[in-house]
Amino acid sequence: MIETIGLRKSFRVRKATVDAVRGVDLSVRKGEIFGFLGPNGAGKTTTLRMLATLIQPDGGEATIAGADLRRNPGEVRRRIGYVAQGGSTWDAVTAREELVLQARMYGIAKPEARQRAARAIESFELGEFADRKCQTYSGGQRRRVDIALGIIHAPGVIFLDEPTTGLDPQSRAHMWDEVRRLRSEGMTVFITTHYLDEADALCDRIAIMDYGEIVAEGTPDELKREVSGDVVTVGVPGAAEQAAKVLDGQPYVRQLESSEDTVRLYVNAGATAMPQILRTLDGAGVGLDSIELHRPSLDDVFLTKTGRSLRES
Amino acid sequence: MKLARDTWLIFQRQMMLVLRNPVWVIVGIIQPLYYLFLFGPLLKGALRLPSAQAYRIFVPGILVQLAIFGTFFVGFALISELRAGVIERSRVTPVSRLALLLGRSLRDVVSLLVQAAIITVLSIPFGLAVGLGDALLAFAVLGLIALMLSAASYAIALKLRSEDALAPLLNTVGIPILLLSGILLPMQYAPHWLATVAKWNPFSWAVDGSRALFAGHPGDASVWKSLLILGVLTVVTVSWAARSFAKSVR
Repeated sequence: MIETIGLRKSFRVRKATVDAVRGVDLSVRKGEIFGFLGPNGAGKTTTLRMLATLIQPDGGEATIAGADLRRNPGEVRRRIGYVAQGGSTWDAVTAREELVLQARMYGIAKPEARQRAARAIESFELGEFADRKCQTYSGGQRRRVDIALGIIHAPGVIFLDEPTTGLDPQSRAHMWDEVRRLRSEGMTVFITTHYLDEADALCDRIAIMDYGEIVAEGTPDELKREVSGDVVTVGVPGAAEQAAKVLDGQPYVRQLESSEDTVRLYVNAGATAMPQILRTLDGAGVGLDSIELHRPSLDDVFLTKTGRSLRES
Repeated sequence: MKLARDTWLIFQRQMMLVLRNPVWVIVGIIQPLYYLFLFGPLLKGALRLPSAQAYRIFVPGILVQLAIFGTFFVGFALISELRAGVIERSRVTPVSRLALLLGRSLRDVVSLLVQAAIITVLSIPFGLAVGLGDALLAFAVLGLIALMLSAASYAIALKLRSEDALAPLLNTVGIPILLLSGILLPMQYAPHWLATVAKWNPFSWAVDGSRALFAGHPGDASVWKSLLILGVLTVVTVSWAARSFAKSVR
């Protein structure tokens, strides 16, 4: 549904060139929720804006829903929907008026536009407030209107830029349900997020982006399997450096990452490694206040690919 | 065809917003009325003219001033729309880029002409007498000014993208245009050098042309000259604005 080869974009910021996106190859299948995961500033939004025809790529090719991005952006526009991060409604009008206008901007005639607005209001459960002005809406309500606006012309692909950022947990869960509903209706959903749990729970496949490049791509399970074994996190306030020194090089430790107060160890089998870790630390006189065993998460995937934790960046 | 349909669509939406919140239209009418009621009588004395004649000079000037200042600042609204994400939402649709500009500019022209009509009618009790044909020609001059300056204002707003930069720029350009157009006092009272500078101000031609029309001399050379000068400038400005609009709203 979306194929890109070597998509690139640089910006000039005060005489310096910033390579925001440095050659992105992507393949998104029809009818899946594809997640674009990465820290802020990784180039997710820039990539999305290129795919949505809002900025021109400096290089590379892309085909979206069968239309060529560089040669035929007008056709791409007809076939996709895009929901920006910052919202898109005008305070002084109602959601219903926005929906009708949006449909008409796609060339849909007025009676049909009205019907579509009514249907969108029903399926996104906007009825309670759709005839009030947008300035009265809550954050979650606004976001639902934004998405209803994005799909009013029934596109094959919808791009959602961080749709749950700034929402409370309940609105967030509601938004996930909406996104799944779009998939069940046959739409391909391309979503960016910097939330690990969101990528894990919502997306069929994900690509992890860092510094303008894709560092990993696959289903969340595939990616987590790549980080084989278990993860042991030891809490050693103030002594992380010392702990890392004694643990590094131990035969049962495959990889080690330390931060200020914790050391994270990748081991083959957590159950046998934990007593050994405790003995080693005890022998070196390092006191610890917690030890935790868990299966690799997407953050561990990110960490092993980039050397940084997504939570910290 | 698509351009006309899309322009009408954007125009309708913009007009609906104006009618829903007509505060600024009312403000736009009240401000020139201040000049009409509080400054007009002064002028009558200063120029030692009978009321009817003073208003015949003064009203067209006020109308041109309204056309300049009522439309030159419309870019602010566009910046708010950019910030709200409304423009970006339009940009991902296949709607005509030129229509996004023209729909908004036409709204500005229509609201200006409504304000101008109200002021003209309110001046009649002061002794203003103007033929319908002459008034319509004068309104054509005003309409051209409005179209030109609103398009310019939108293009500048798109370049600057910030209210803080837009306000000083528009004021710096707008005030000399106003002072050098002979709006407040006829330029015949100007010293020679100032009158020469004013000759290069297209809006001073607009003021002369409108004054000739309000005086009942549609055959005066200043009338066709002002229409020609403004017509050419409007075509140039609108195509410049359309291009920069299409470029930054690709």
